[in-house]
Amino acid sequence: MGPPVFVAFLNGYAPPWAHLVIDGLGASLPHPIHRIDLTFDLRPYYAPDRRQHHATLLLATLLRHLPEPGAKIVGVTAEDLFIPVLTFVFGLSQLEGSAAVISTHRLRNEFYGLPADEHLLRTRTVKEIVHELGHAFGLVHCRDQRCVMRASTYVEEVDLKDAGFCDACRTMMESRP
Amino acid sequence: MNQRRILIVDDELSVRKSLEEWFREDGFQVETAEDGEAALKKLPAGPFDIMVIDLKMPGMDGMTLQKRVREVDRDATIIILTAYASVETAVEALKQGAFDYLTKPVDPDDLSHVVQNALRQKELTEENLRLKEKVSELNLPTPIIGQSPKMQHVMDMLRTVAETDSTVVILGESGTGKELIARAIHAQSRRRYFPIVAVNCGSIPETLLESELFGHEKGAFTGAQYRRKGKIELAHGGTLFLDEIGDISAKMQIDLLRVLETKRFNRLGGDTDVSSDFRLVCATNKDLEKLVEEKSFREDLYYRINVFTIQLPPLRERTGDILPLAKHFVEKYARAMAKPILEFSSEAEAVLLAYRWPGNVRELENAVERAMVIGKGPTIQAADLPLAMNGDLVDPKDLSLEALEKEHIGRVLAQHDGNVTQSAQALGIDRATLYHKIKRYGLRR
Repeated sequence: MGPPVFVAFLNGYAPPWAHLVIDGLGASLPHPIHRIDLTFDLRPYYAPDRRQHHATLLLATLLRHLPEPGAKIVGVTAEDLFIPVLTFVFGLSQLEGSAAVISTHRLRNEFYGLPADEHLLRTRTVKEIVHELGHAFGLVHCRDQRCVMRASTYVEEVDLKDAGFCDACRTMMESRP
Repeated sequence: MNQRRILIVDDELSVRKSLEEWFREDGFQVETAEDGEAALKKLPAGPFDIMVIDLKMPGMDGMTLQKRVREVDRDATIIILTAYASVETAVEALKQGAFDYLTKPVDPDDLSHVVQNALRQKELTEENLRLKEKVSELNLPTPIIGQSPKMQHVMDMLRTVAETDSTVVILGESGTGKELIARAIHAQSRRRYFPIVAVNCGSIPETLLESELFGHEKGAFTGAQYRRKGKIELAHGGTLFLDEIGDISAKMQIDLLRVLETKRFNRLGGDTDVSSDFRLVCATNKDLEKLVEEKSFREDLYYRINVFTIQLPPLRERTGDILPLAKHFVEKYARAMAKPILEFSSEAEAVLLAYRWPGNVRELENAVERAMVIGKGPTIQAADLPLAMNGDLVDPKDLSLEALEKEHIGRVLAQHDGNVTQSAQALGIDRATLYHKIKRYGLRR
């Protein structure tokens, strides 16, 4: 089964489809998936000049909220995230670590001036959570076009890949403690 | 696949950490340095596939660092990072050989594209170098090893005939290197910038040989789905080398004679005249004159092709070339097998010199290749050579003292290419005695 995965919706971000995301993760990951809600002060991570939140600092805070040793925690926020050298990130993870965080901010169709699409947002969210968790389990980017570990630097690339691992990445996931 | 390596040089810890995480997730092995001095110290731990260098750093700036890196690694792939974007700095960075530059904060898509493009260019550059090397290897003429007077005579004839456009017949036993001579003639001829097209007439059934030489039109026979050019057509401008010409059928002899007389022919199943301007070089291990006498080779074709003849001596008649050839093949297979160049033990050299080499140079090459495969080094021993086991060496038990003397004198003469003075010295007898024995045993010098 592997270590439990805690999906933490942050600071009251509780979309009505959150439970469907948990179900969707179950299809891609063999691990026990638990939903938790976490609230903490995000203001220290906010960069007013960029109007974004610092993903690395947020990740460090999530580590302090790890429900049990050996577990993995992935935070889900609606805030736009960045790391210092990049204009934005869809998500961030500790490679072979315990924590990851993803943002739905740029996964929404509305961000690109398109009509809202809840189903698409939910699907993208699942893919990003699985992708970042893959890094937390030690996987690096995959060249397989359909694999969830394929790197995505714009949202259409997220849509092009599947929510599941290719055979090679699945084998590596299953071999991880 | 080897893990790709990247060196990130930036004075800001958060930038170094962010990029380190980004590239590690992308499968890179990442090294970081906080300034130019630290980066230069990391260079010996390279090579790095890519270096990402911040332009503005305390102490040595990115431009200076790039210059210093190039002194060590001229082909380094460098991407410049700058928070101070301006056309001037960008142009300067590119002038100094940077692959590209990116302005902080970087759009992830831009970073991804620049890195992918840099890697692709690096791969193409490396592949280009490999291919150039390969092509230069292919273009290197295979050397003809032969210092013996007989081979020097062959080389003289080769040079003489190469300049002309005459048809050449190369005669010699199997494995003496007839194709090598044909290619050398082509390489030294005015036709060298055009192809040499080789056809082994003896290895192709007659029905296929016709199509192979003349080509065919679509539908000429079952399976002829497309028009196909024949070897004669492909040799246009260059040289057509017909190996084992003595083996072609009577019908093919007529067809070939017609082509040689008119330089025109029809493809199989076609009625359109096709012309081809080629120089013909033929080879055979058969006695063409005898075949003519036996009426199995057309006399008119024989006189048509027999303009200039080069007779290649068998290896046993140029024993002075055996060891240089063997050493050449050792070097060749050492390169191919990535092995050290081995020397022959004195016993192995004696075995090589004593053997009769019925398969000539080809057999010698095969023997050396085998010895290189099974030899444990540091020298090639007699036991590594197949001939030591195959019993082709003359067993002294089978010879009388007189026969043994004849055999020995014959071998020494061959080793010295018939030079009586040198042979007499080697045998420890005077020249008059050697002349006497040559006459007595009916030996050829």
